[in-house]
Amino acid sequence: MSVKVFLPAAFTRHTDGRKNFDSAAENLPSLLADIDTSFPALSTQIKDENGKLRRFINIYINDEDIRFLGGETYAFQDGDEIMLIPSIAGGC
Amino acid sequence: MQYSCNRYELKCNECGKRYGNQPLSACPDCIAPLELVYDLEAARGVFTRENIAAGPANIWRYAALLPIPDGFQPDLPVGFTPLVRAKNLGKRIGANNLYIKNDAVCFPTLSFKDRVVSVALANAQKFGFTTVGCSSTGNLANSVAAQAARLGLKATILVPADLEPAKILNTLVYGARLVRIDGNYDHVNRLCTLIADEYAWGFVNVNLRPYYAEGSKTVGYEIAEQLGWRLPDNVVVPMAGGSLIRKIRKAFNELIYLGLVEDKPVRFFGAQATGCSPISTAVKEGTEDIVPQRPNTIARSLAIGNPADGPAAAKMIRAEGGWAEDVSDIEIVSGIQELAETEGIFTETAGGVTTAVTARLYAQGRITPDQITVTCITGNGLKTTDALINSFSHLDARAVRPRMADFDAYLRELDGTTAATPETETELVAAGVTNVR
Repeated sequence: MSVKVFLPAAFTRHTDGRKNFDSAAENLPSLLADIDTSFPALSTQIKDENGKLRRFINIYINDEDIRFLGGETYAFQDGDEIMLIPSIAGGC
Repeated sequence: MQYSCNRYELKCNECGKRYGNQPLSACPDCIAPLELVYDLEAARGVFTRENIAAGPANIWRYAALLPIPDGFQPDLPVGFTPLVRAKNLGKRIGANNLYIKNDAVCFPTLSFKDRVVSVALANAQKFGFTTVGCSSTGNLANSVAAQAARLGLKATILVPADLEPAKILNTLVYGARLVRIDGNYDHVNRLCTLIADEYAWGFVNVNLRPYYAEGSKTVGYEIAEQLGWRLPDNVVVPMAGGSLIRKIRKAFNELIYLGLVEDKPVRFFGAQATGCSPISTAVKEGTEDIVPQRPNTIARSLAIGNPADGPAAAKMIRAEGGWAEDVSDIEIVSGIQELAETEGIFTETAGGVTTAVTARLYAQGRITPDQITVTCITGNGLKTTDALINSFSHLDARAVRPRMADFDAYLRELDGTTAATPETETELVAAGVTNVR
C-alpha cells in the first residue's frame, strides 16, 4: 500500500525542494513517524515542542479535512492523496 | 518582493520572530499566522485626534496606523460609514443605547471588505504584483474586482460554485476573471494557498493576508471616533474567519495606548449562523479548539467551516467577558426584515445574523438595556435578495387599474390579508416588550 504526500512551498525548504513523496504509512501517526525519519527538519517544523502536530497545520485526504474522516484513526487507503497545508487564509 | 519600512513590519504571533515587509502570511518556522506590529511610540505625535479630524472623511484619516507604504497616494474614499443610533430597533429588542455601524453602505462595493482590500492592494502594488486575487464568499470578490479595476491591476477570483448570482454578477461586471470552484469556501481557500505558491499573484487573503486584515481596524477607529472618542460597552460582530472581531479589539487597544480614548472594559460578542458555527460552538464550550464544520446556511458570506482565526477569536471573546451566539436561517431572514423595518437599513444575510444575535443577547440579559452597544452590519441586502424571495406574498401581486376606487378597494384587500402596517405599539406588546414610551 502506498499513499502520496503533497507539500506546499512553506514546507519544502526542509525537503530539498521536493513537493511530494510516497509513503507506506497506514495512518496519520504512522505518517508523522515516517516524516521523523525521512525529513527530520520538516518534522521539527510541523510539530510543537511536545511532539504534537502544530494547530495551524491542516491535513487533507483527497480534498477532505482529515477531521471529518476520523482524524488520527482514519486508515489510509491505497492511492490516497494526503496534503499538509498551513491554515492561513480566511474571510471576514 | 519586499520593502523596508520603519513604521511597521510582520511579526509571528507565536514565536515573536520578525520578517520585515513581504508577501508572507505564515511564519516559516512555526507556521503560525503573521501579524503587523507598529512602532506605536513613533505614531504618538502623529496619530492624534486633531490630525485625524483634519484628515479626509474616509479610512485614510487613520493611515498613520495602517500598513500603507510610504509614498502611496490613497485614491478611493473607502469607509467612514455611518454610526447610527438605532432607537426603533432598540425599542423592539429592549435596548436604550444601541448603535449600528453601517458598512452596508461602504464605498465602493457596499461591504466592509472594501476596507481590507484597499489596504491589501496598496501593498500588492508596492510588492510589484500585476495580478491580484482572492478566495471569496462574495463580498471580497466584489471589492477586489472593483478596486483592481480602478488601480489597473488584473484580477483572478475564486468562489464556491453555489454563490449567490448577484455576487457573481457584481464581480464579473468589473472585468475580473472569475473561477467557480466545485466545493465550499474551505476548498476554495485551500486551492488559493496552492495557487499562491505557483503563480506570482497577490492573493489579498492568502499571501497578503496580514496587510489585508489590518484594514479591519478602521471599523474600530471609526466606532470610537463617532462615539465622541469613547469606547462602547459592547460590540456585536459577525464571524466568518474570525479576523474582524480581533482587529476591532486591536484598534481599541491602540487608541487606549496612544491616549485617544479612556480605557474601559469592552465586551465582544461574536455572531454566527447555526449552520456554520465553529467559533460560537467553541466559545460556548469554553475552548479555543475549533472543530471544523461543513457549512449549511443561507449566510454564505459567513460560511467558513474551518476559520483560520477562530482559535484566537474564541480566546479573545472569552478573555474579555464576551460571548458568542448563533441563529437559524429563519431567524436570519427575520433579522434582515427587522433591521429594514425599524431602521431603514437593508443588510445581507450576515447582517441578519448579527441583528438576530444582538436581539438574543438582550433577551438573554447578557447585554443590559442602558449599556452602549454597537452592532456591526458588514454587507448590503441588495446582494442577497434571494434569501427574501419567499418572505413577501405580494411580489407577484396583480396590477391595479389607475382609478381611485380600484386603489381604495385594493388597499382594503391588502390590509385585510397582510400585517404590513400594524400599529407599532400593538406589535411591541405582542413581542413581549414593555415600557415602549
